Amino acid sequence: MKHEKTKHEFRANTLPALVTVGPVTIIMVLLIAVPLIYVAVMSFCSIDEFYNVTFDFTLENYVRLANVDYLKIYAQSIVIALVTTVICILVGYPFSYIIARTKSKKKKILYMLVIIPFWTNSLIRIYGWRTFLGSSGWLNSLLAGIGIAKEPIEFLYKQGTTILGMVYCLIPFMILPLYTAIEKLDSSLLEASSDLGARPVSTFLEVILPLTSSGIFSGSLMVFIPCLGYFFVSDILGGGNSDVIGNLIERQFQSGNNWPLGAALSIILIVVTLILVKIYQKLGGDMDSLGV
Amino acid sequence: MGKIVEIEGVNKIYGSNHVVKDLNLSIEEGEFLTLLGSSGCGKTTTLRMIAGFEEPTTGTIMVEGERVEDKEPFERNVNTVFQSYALFPHKTIYDNIAYGLKMKKVPKAEIKERVYEMMEMVQLGGFEKRYPSQLSGGQKQRVAIARALINRPRVLLLDEPLGALDLKLRKQMQLELKRLQKKLNITFIYVTHDQEEALTMSDRIAVMHDGVIDQLATPTEIYEHPKTKFVATFIGETNIYDGCITSITDGVATMTLENGAVSVKCPEDFSLLEYATISVRPEKMRFATEPVEGFELEAQVKDYIYVGSVLKCIVSLPNGNELKIERLAGQELPPIGSKCYPYWNIDDAVLIHNESHYIFEALNNIKLA
Repeated sequence: MKHEKTKHEFRANTLPALVTVGPVTIIMVLLIAVPLIYVAVMSFCSIDEFYNVTFDFTLENYVRLANVDYLKIYAQSIVIALVTTVICILVGYPFSYIIARTKSKKKKILYMLVIIPFWTNSLIRIYGWRTFLGSSGWLNSLLAGIGIAKEPIEFLYKQGTTILGMVYCLIPFMILPLYTAIEKLDSSLLEASSDLGARPVSTFLEVILPLTSSGIFSGSLMVFIPCLGYFFVSDILGGGNSDVIGNLIERQFQSGNNWPLGAALSIILIVVTLILVKIYQKLGGDMDSLGV
Repeated sequence: MGKIVEIEGVNKIYGSNHVVKDLNLSIEEGEFLTLLGSSGCGKTTTLRMIAGFEEPTTGTIMVEGERVEDKEPFERNVNTVFQSYALFPHKTIYDNIAYGLKMKKVPKAEIKERVYEMMEMVQLGGFEKRYPSQLSGGQKQRVAIARALINRPRVLLLDEPLGALDLKLRKQMQLELKRLQKKLNITFIYVTHDQEEALTMSDRIAVMHDGVIDQLATPTEIYEHPKTKFVATFIGETNIYDGCITSITDGVATMTLENGAVSVKCPEDFSLLEYATISVRPEKMRFATEPVEGFELEAQVKDYIYVGSVLKCIVSLPNGNELKIERLAGQELPPIGSKCYPYWNIDDAVLIHNESHYIFEALNNIKLA
């Protein structure tokens, strides 16, 4: 009897577990773990004179990355990512607050306004901006039409334009965690604060901001990290004047055809990301709110 | 002692939902007033309008002789103890209690002194560095009370503050709250759905039903002389009967009920042939083995339930309705199934105007016309 029972338990628990989690595990291993290990290994490889990857162990790729020109681009990347993050907070916070706190039916519409652009490929949307901002684009036609600008204004190929594109692409990642944090806020706490004599500004600084800081944290992380890698935004809108780390990687794999160097750059980016996540955790950040 | 809160002609309408209907209520300084009613009766909405979280649709609210209905909560000299406590989870107990004083820019040294004094008063000494999540329900409750009282409000609003506590703690907190209120001489406006709590603590109770105050009186008055059928049934247990006043002699009315006739003391505002309701508390009800003069009510003993100090007797009338009668335990009782004759002292039953009486009257008028 006892034996039968354990057999039954095996069937009841193990089989469904295998069926449900098994394929996912296989897919994760094949599509994420294996390529990652491959990239890590490649970052220590060399290339021969025909740019073929040879498995000779070397640290040369990493040494090359300490070059001043690269360091400048890392710094520039970080500046772009920081500015993008700050703008996303400044724009995203009030917007999230409004959608999270409004009681009307507009809430859903406002929420959808954030989500729907998300469903379109961001590459296409960035090309849209290029068409809009270009020297013969809509904005310049409009400005010329109403007589503000006599000559077309060059909007593209500036660092600001890259940041605009980054903000545009990444702001949903800021708004969604902020929305969740603000929505969770118990409105009786706001009433209590007001009841105890706090004016709206004090209530914001004393109660709302500290209690939604987790949303700001996770939103910032989710904007900052992709920002370092979104090469297509700086490619299309920045025209090479505002490269991020992602551009360097892309270039080594494409035109540079130096895969080991590109792999080393990728590893650097992964390490930077992990350090940031670690800092986030140390500051009390919740991994769940990152969607991890 | 004057009136500290005056509510005049206040209505609150949410869409098609008329929550508070033409409410008038004056609250004396230093009194403990309870708004009692079941959920959805408008008691919490009334409290929230006094606090400033809701704006009345029409009407005026005066606090200390000043109109406040357009003022924001932070401009009003009233404080609230919330049902969910609403303690700031990211602040220590000290900072929670100090919050109101900090907002009023009271000097730090004075804040410290007053917070410690307050913490002693609510028996929370030594808890200043803890966070709300580290406290039990009763302790959180004390913090919520301390946080409100430290501002020395003229009026303290309490929205079912003991609702989340277990029975024993609730009883203890009831007495403590009452003690604090007397000691600090602050007006308390207390919202609850627990009639026992209301009877224990209040100076006056306003029983609310469907957005209207059915009766505003002292606990004794409410219990012994309920004005409406709702008040009679909501506060305590009672036996209630509808019937018709068929004769009035020397201030004593004979009521004809479905199952017979009974006698009851008749106040002057009741008239012959009026359709009215009679309410008798179980502890005022008696029963005999022989018919009693003035009562033509025959019943059958159905069950005895022993509940410690008293014995609850259930007797059933011929139409199947049951009456609850309480007797001191240890008395000799007729056996279950035997006949009995319920009665009461005519002073112990309360006659209540019945809303449907007016419908009968209207119907009669139509017939006559």
